Amino acid sequence: MSAKVLIADDEQNILISLEFLMKREGYQVRVAHDGQEAVDAVAQEKPHLMLLDAMMPKKTGFEVCQEIRSNPDNADIIILMLTAKGRDTDMAKGMALGANAYMVKPFSTKELAQKVRELLGAAA
Amino acid sequence: MISSSLVIAASFLYVLILFAVAWFGDKRAAEGRSIIASPWVYALSMAVYCTAWTYFGSVGRAANTGLWFLPIYLGPMLAMILAWLVLRKMIRIAKTYRITSIADFISSRYGKSRTLASLVTLITVVGIVPYIALQLKAISSGYAMLTTPLGQPRPEMGLWLGDSTLYIALALAGFTIIFGTRHLDTTERHEGMVAAIAFESIVKLVAFLAVGIFVVYGVFNGMGDLFAQALADETLKPLLLVGQGAQEFAYPQWFALIVLAMLSVIFLPRQFQVMVVENVDERHIKRASWVFPLYLLLINVFVLPIALGGLLFFGQGQADPDYFVLSLPLAHGYEWLALFVFVGGLSAATGMVIVEAIAVSTMVCNDLVMPFLLRTERFGSRSSGDLTGLLLMIRRVAILGILLLGYLYFRMAGEAYALVSIGLISFAAVAQFAPAMLGGMYWKVGNRQGALVGLALGFALWIYTLLLPSLVKSGWIDSGFMDAGLFGLAWLRPEQLFGLEGLDNLTHALFWSLFANISAYILVSLWSRPEAREASQALLFVDVFERTASSYPVFWQGRAKLADLRNLTERFLGVDKAERLFTDYAQRLGLSQTKDIPANAQLVQYVETQLAGAIGTGSARMMVASVVEEEQLDLDDVMRILEEASQLRAYSKALEEKSLSLEKATSELRAANEQLKSLGKLKDDFMSSVTHELRTPLTSIRAFTEMMIDDDEMETEQRRQFLEIVVGEAERLGRLVNQVLDMAKIEAGHAEWHNSDVDIQTVVRQAVNSISGTYLENGLSLTLHDHNESIAPIRADPDRLMQVMLNLLSNAAKFVPHPGGKVDVYISDAADGVTVAVQDNGKGIAKHEQEQVFEKFRQAGEFSDRPQGTGLGLPISRQIIEHFGGRMWLESELGAGARFNFFLPRLNESQRLELIEEEHA
Repeated sequence: MSAKVLIADDEQNILISLEFLMKREGYQVRVAHDGQEAVDAVAQEKPHLMLLDAMMPKKTGFEVCQEIRSNPDNADIIILMLTAKGRDTDMAKGMALGANAYMVKPFSTKELAQKVRELLGAAA
Repeated sequence: MISSSLVIAASFLYVLILFAVAWFGDKRAAEGRSIIASPWVYALSMAVYCTAWTYFGSVGRAANTGLWFLPIYLGPMLAMILAWLVLRKMIRIAKTYRITSIADFISSRYGKSRTLASLVTLITVVGIVPYIALQLKAISSGYAMLTTPLGQPRPEMGLWLGDSTLYIALALAGFTIIFGTRHLDTTERHEGMVAAIAFESIVKLVAFLAVGIFVVYGVFNGMGDLFAQALADETLKPLLLVGQGAQEFAYPQWFALIVLAMLSVIFLPRQFQVMVVENVDERHIKRASWVFPLYLLLINVFVLPIALGGLLFFGQGQADPDYFVLSLPLAHGYEWLALFVFVGGLSAATGMVIVEAIAVSTMVCNDLVMPFLLRTERFGSRSSGDLTGLLLMIRRVAILGILLLGYLYFRMAGEAYALVSIGLISFAAVAQFAPAMLGGMYWKVGNRQGALVGLALGFALWIYTLLLPSLVKSGWIDSGFMDAGLFGLAWLRPEQLFGLEGLDNLTHALFWSLFANISAYILVSLWSRPEAREASQALLFVDVFERTASSYPVFWQGRAKLADLRNLTERFLGVDKAERLFTDYAQRLGLSQTKDIPANAQLVQYVETQLAGAIGTGSARMMVASVVEEEQLDLDDVMRILEEASQLRAYSKALEEKSLSLEKATSELRAANEQLKSLGKLKDDFMSSVTHELRTPLTSIRAFTEMMIDDDEMETEQRRQFLEIVVGEAERLGRLVNQVLDMAKIEAGHAEWHNSDVDIQTVVRQAVNSISGTYLENGLSLTLHDHNESIAPIRADPDRLMQVMLNLLSNAAKFVPHPGGKVDVYISDAADGVTVAVQDNGKGIAKHEQEQVFEKFRQAGEFSDRPQGTGLGLPISRQIIEHFGGRMWLESELGAGARFNFFLPRLNESQRLELIEEEHA
C-alpha cells in the first residue's frame, strides 16, 4: 500500500504543484489550506508524512507541528517543514518543535521527492 | 439634675477612653505605623485651639455682645491662609535645629540666649495661668450646673481643701503627667497624645453640634423660627446687628481681636506644640489650612442660635449664658444630652490643659530649671550619671505647679470675669512673642538685645494694663490706683495709659504692649551690634529654605574630644540612645566604627543639636561648651565660615550640574542606540517579509517548470494550465518588485512628485473609466457619484492619485462577490478639502483587522476568499495620501461591506509653498 501524504500550504499554486509532484511519486495525497485544516485532517486520518508550510493563517506550521506532537499517537508522523523564510532561527524552531526535516522555498522538486522517499524509507 | 457619682463616673470613663486612644497611638508609633501621620489628624489636633472657652464662653459672649465672639475664630482662619508661608518655615527651622518650644525657638534664634529663654518661659507661665484657670472654672461650673437642681443657686465655693475644683486641677495634673512625661525624646514628640487630642476634637465638635441641633430643632422650630422670635424681641435685636444698635461699629476692637487671635493661633504654647513640634510632614499644612478653618466654622455655626435660644427661653439675666449649652438640655429634661455635652466640654478643657501643660513644662524644665541646676556644683560639667530621670521629674513637678497656679488664679479672679475675658488676657500675653518670632524668621538684623527689651517692655505693660486690673477687679488689690493712677498720676492709670481713652481695656492693653514691644525690638536691634553667635543664628533661621543638610555652615571652632561628647550625650539621653545616635552619625560619614568619628565642628554641632532637643538650646550650648575647648567667634569668623559654606555649596552645585548633564548625555546616547536597534529590527522584519513574498511565487515557478522539464509526456492541457500559473506568478513577482521599490523610494523620500493643481473629479473619472473594462468582464457594477459643477483644485501629483484610486478600485473588485459585486465611488467637497470614498458590498472587515490592512504584507480575511495581492498596495496608497497632508481610513463592519476613504486638504499658503519648494528641490 502506498504511503499517505498530507500537504498543508496556504498558497493555492504551491498546493497544486506539490499535489501533482507527490501523486506522480505514487503517494495517496490529501491537501489542507491552513493550519486548522491540517490539524483536522490529521485527526481524521493519520498520514505517514506531512509537507507542512511554516507560514499559514489560523495556525502556523509551528503550532500545527507542536499540536500534533503533543499527542503520543502521532509520534510516528513524519513532518517535513517548508518555509519561505530562510532564517536559521526558523529552522531551529521547527526542528525543536518536532519536525523531522526542513526545506527552504523555493526548493528543487527532485530534492524534495528524494527527501520524502528517504524519510519514508527510513520509517518503513 | 444628675447625680454627682454619675457625672464623675462618666468623666472617668471618658478619660479611660482617651488613655486607650493614646496607648494605641504610642503602640502604633513604636511599631513604625504611625496613625498620626495623616493630614486629617494634624488638622484635628490643631483644633485644640477650641477649648472650654469656645465651648462655653463663646455662647456667653454671643449672649452679651452678639457677633463679638466671632473675631477669635476669624483670626485663625486668616492666619491659616498664611500657614504655608509662616508655619512651614517655623516647622522647617524647628525640625532642623531640634527646637521643641517657643522659648527655645526665640532663644536659639538670638544666639542661644539663656536669658531670653527664661524670659519667654516666664511670660508663658504667667500668661497662660489665667487660661488654665479658665478651663478649671469651666469644668467646675459645668459640674455644679449638672449636679445642682435647676433654678437653685450653686453651692458656695468650699474652703481650699474642700473645693472640688482643687481636685479637678490635681486630677488634670496627674493625667497630663501620665500622658506627656513617660519618656524623654530628643524631638519631644508625643504620638499618643496627638492621637488623643485629635479624638477629643471630634468628641467636642459632635457634642457641640448635638446641643446646637437640639436647641434649634428641638426647642425651637428651626433657624427661621428662632431668629424670627429673637428679632421680635426688642432686647435681643441688637445682638443680631454687627454695629450693636445705636453704637457705631467698633473697628479698632474688631481689628485688635482678629490680630490677637491670628497671633495666638500660632504662638500659644499648645498650638506651637501640635502645629510645629508634633508635625509629621510639612505637606500636611496644605490640608490643615482648609480643614482647620472648616472645623472652626462648624463649631461656631450654632453659637449664636444657642445664645439666642437661651435668652429667649430663660429670659435675660436669669441664667448664666456661659452654660446655656448645659442648662437648656437640663431644663427640657434631656439629662443624657446634658451629660454628653459636659463630656464634650471636659474634652475641650482637658485637651487644652494637657497640651498646654506639656508644652509649658518642657519650657520650664529646659529653660528655667536646667540652666540653673547645671550651674550648681552637683550637676556640673564633669560629673557623671544619667540625668534623664531627673529631667522627667522636673517636668512632672512643673506640670503640677502650672495647674496649681491656674487654680490659684481661679480662686483669686475666677468669679469676677466671664470665661472669654479670662482667655483674652492670656492671648494678649502670648501675642508679645510675635515681634521676636516673626522678626526672627524674616529679619536678619533683629538681635538679642532688641528681642529682650521688646519682650520685657511688652510683658511689663501687659501686667500693668491687663493682669493687675483683673486682680483689682476681683478685689484682691486696692482699686485706688485704677482710678487715680499709680502714685496718684492720672496718666499712669492702667486702663487709660498716657491718657489714651475710649478703647476697651483689651484693645488698650494690646495697643500699648505691642507698640512698646515692636518699637523696642526694631529700634534696639538697629541701634545695637549683634554678637557673632547671634548673627550666625540669624542667617541660619532666615535662610533656612536655602540650605541643604550637606552644605550647612557650622559656626564653631575649637578642639573637642570624641569621648567627652559621647559621655555628655549619654548623660542626658541615656546610653542606648547615645549609641544609636553615634552609630547613625558614623554611618552617614561612611565609617564602620563610632570610635573613628572625627571630633570636629560638625560633630560638636551634631551633639549640640541632639541635646537641644532634650534640654533646650541654651542648656545644650552651655553643656557642650563645658566639655570642649572653644575659640570665641567674632563677626568676621561668621562671615568667613558663611563664605566657605557658600563656596562649598556653589562647588557642589556645579558638580551636581556636571554629573546631571553627563547623565543626560548618557541617556540620550542610550536612547539613540535603542532607536538604531529598533530601526535595525524593523528593517530586518521588512526584509524577512519581502523575502517571504518573493520566495513564494518563485517556489511555484520553480516547481512547475522543473516538473514540466522532468515530464516530457505531460498532457498538453495540463502543461498549458501549469504554464498559465507560471506566467501569473511571474507577473506577481514583477508587481511585487515594483511596489517594494516604490515603497522604499517613498519611505526614503526619494520618490519623484510631479505636483500640479489637480481637479480630483477628473482623476477619479479617469481611474473609473480605465478600470471599468475589468469590472465589466467580471460582471461587477461600478458607479461614480460625482458633481456636475467643477470643484476647486488641490495641489497634488495626478499620477500618484491615479495610482491610489486604481489600487482602491482593484482591491474592491477582488473583495466583492462574483458576480453581483457592486462598487460605488463618492466625491464630497468641503472648504478645507475633498473626501473620496470607495464603497464595496463585500464581506467587510472586522474591527480588529481594520488597522492591519494598512500594514505592509498584511491582508485581512480568510484564506479561501483572499485574493492574490502583494500586501503593499494599501500601505503605499496611504503613504501617498499622507504625503499630500491628507489621511486615509477605513469604515467597515463585518458583513456590511467596506468603505475606504481618503481626504485631501486644501493647503494654506505656507504649506503650499513647502510643497512647491519640495517640487523644485
